[in-house]
Amino acid sequence: MSNIKYILGSFGDPDEMMHGIDKLQENNIKIHDVYTPMPIHGIEAKLGVKRSRLDIAAFFFGITGTITMLSCVFLATTVDWPINIGGKTHFALPDFIPITFELTILFCAFGLVGSYYASTHLFPGRAPRVMDLRATNDRFIIAIDAKENAEHAKIDELLKGAGALEVKHNERKYISYE
Amino acid sequence: MSGHNESILREPLITGKNITYAQMTDEILLPVENKPNRAWWIGFIVALCGATLWVVAVSYTFWFGIGAWGLNKTVGWAWDITGFVWWVGIGHAGTLISAVLLLFRQNWRNSINRSAEAMTIFAVICAATYVVSHMGRPWLAYWVLPLPNQFGSLWVNFNSPLVWDMFAISTYFSVSLLFWYTGLLPDIATIRDRAAGVRKKVYTILSFGWNGNVKTWQRFEAVSLILAGISTPLVLSVHTIVSMDFATSVIPGWHTTIFPPYFVAGAIFSGFAMVLTLLLVVRKVLGLENYITMFHIESMNKIIILTGSIVGVAYLTEFFIAWYSGSEYEQYAFINRSTGPFWWAYWMMMTCNVISPQLLWFKKIRTNIAATWILSIVVNIGMWFERFVIIVTSLHRDYLPSSWTDFTPTWVDVSVFVGSIGVFFTLFLLFLRVLPSIAIAEVKLLLKSASEQAKKELIEEGHLDKEQVADYVGSLEKFDSVNLEDYAKK
Repeated sequence: MSNIKYILGSFGDPDEMMHGIDKLQENNIKIHDVYTPMPIHGIEAKLGVKRSRLDIAAFFFGITGTITMLSCVFLATTVDWPINIGGKTHFALPDFIPITFELTILFCAFGLVGSYYASTHLFPGRAPRVMDLRATNDRFIIAIDAKENAEHAKIDELLKGAGALEVKHNERKYISYE
Repeated sequence: MSGHNESILREPLITGKNITYAQMTDEILLPVENKPNRAWWIGFIVALCGATLWVVAVSYTFWFGIGAWGLNKTVGWAWDITGFVWWVGIGHAGTLISAVLLLFRQNWRNSINRSAEAMTIFAVICAATYVVSHMGRPWLAYWVLPLPNQFGSLWVNFNSPLVWDMFAISTYFSVSLLFWYTGLLPDIATIRDRAAGVRKKVYTILSFGWNGNVKTWQRFEAVSLILAGISTPLVLSVHTIVSMDFATSVIPGWHTTIFPPYFVAGAIFSGFAMVLTLLLVVRKVLGLENYITMFHIESMNKIIILTGSIVGVAYLTEFFIAWYSGSEYEQYAFINRSTGPFWWAYWMMMTCNVISPQLLWFKKIRTNIAATWILSIVVNIGMWFERFVIIVTSLHRDYLPSSWTDFTPTWVDVSVFVGSIGVFFTLFLLFLRVLPSIAIAEVKLLLKSASEQAKKELIEEGHLDKEQVADYVGSLEKFDSVNLEDYAKK
């Protein structure tokens, strides 16, 4: 058994990379992950990434904002310090629609982006887990776990056949760790 | 992703021959990874002088109070609120480009959204400084927040549009910042993976550990779409609320229901003009002609004609309604605007906002870079005058003729305004140096479908309708970055 941890197929073209994914999957080779410099449409279906539920989260964050603002304004204007303005109602709802709307958007945006960062483990200063430094530039990288898939020569051949410009055998998982 | 080819009838969004992904990264990161050129330094030093002037003028205001400005008992708002509304309006184009054009799937937004959003953020910062310095006692700025306090918990007046404005502007600023920064993460990661030493460390922290795997990208697109969806009504609400600062008062000339749509159209109008003012210079100095093409410039000019015409119709409607309402105060306010002591400001506004943008109907003018640039500055000037006209001419002759007066700005008024332009450009030029001015990842998406080279390949394959190809080649004539000789051979 060699020390190879990951096999990386480095493609110069997104369509060839998609072809590579098909080839590997036809041969029952499990793909660890794919790293690309830009979003690739249709790839999530191939790799079985589930539909994002961030939209549902965003809705509930938004509703939280709506309720927060309305209840704060209700407390301030009606319960805590009611002011008689020309005999008008204390809780003058139409006046509070703009600020309620703003707070809905604010909560929705922060909740959404916060959940996104949390679910994909993004936060300031996190050590980047990068397998190939060119994956953020001009290469489309398919990573295959070498321990799980023993037929290394076959994987190399499949990747090359699909148009990989380079196949790397990495002995470290993340080359970005110094 | 390129399962289908884009129609040949669509003009290319990226021009140039044999462009590769690597080359795109190199070209866009050129100003970030290299020492700045002479043009940048000259611009930066001039902008920094402006920013210094701003610091001096605002410090003077804080020290002596807002009596340092030319305001008087009758004209209580003038250059300060003019500047505030002007800057907020300019900010709107960034959100419009990044959010509304995303919802409408306008791919041409991809190469201009980054710098337009940066412009939004810096413009809103400039606007916010006006609000704070106008408070007179800026160290009490937190009083606008609904905080429990020691005055028997006397809350802010939630019925007041000025309080709504505080909510609107701060939400707008923070949501724009989130949208912008989330979009920046993949590009910061690109810089990080090419950098070394201290730069690498800094960009590592800023990149949040982005590695571009499938799930992150997929969620990224979902997040962008939802943020665009919520930013669109947000941006409309912000200028609506700004207009309510005026419209809910009982001052003739302010008390009109047309204000919200008219202000929003005006904001988009001035914002696109500022985007053009900035990007026409940026594309030249940073050599980005292949990414910000004539198609982008022409599209923005078309939006300027549309919104400029809406603004023009609004001006005429206001005038008509002032007469038709039969309210003599309203009628006087408008006659005074156009023929009173500030007639020159009114006609400046009319010329710059309504008449001169109509020149963009001519294709020769809207595809001419020099003419577009000059017109964009004319629009910026006109929109400043619009706010000045609305604010000062409505106030200076109010209900009591005994309190009628004129307004003259002091050197502090002028310096705060000129200085805020300096602050804006200082921030914008620093942005160009440290962050990519074009969203690299988003532009890469277009290379295989919407670029000139992809379309050329299709033409060479020869399965396309001849008439459509002729149309396409004809549309390339206006591009300054396309060599037409390549097409003449066939």
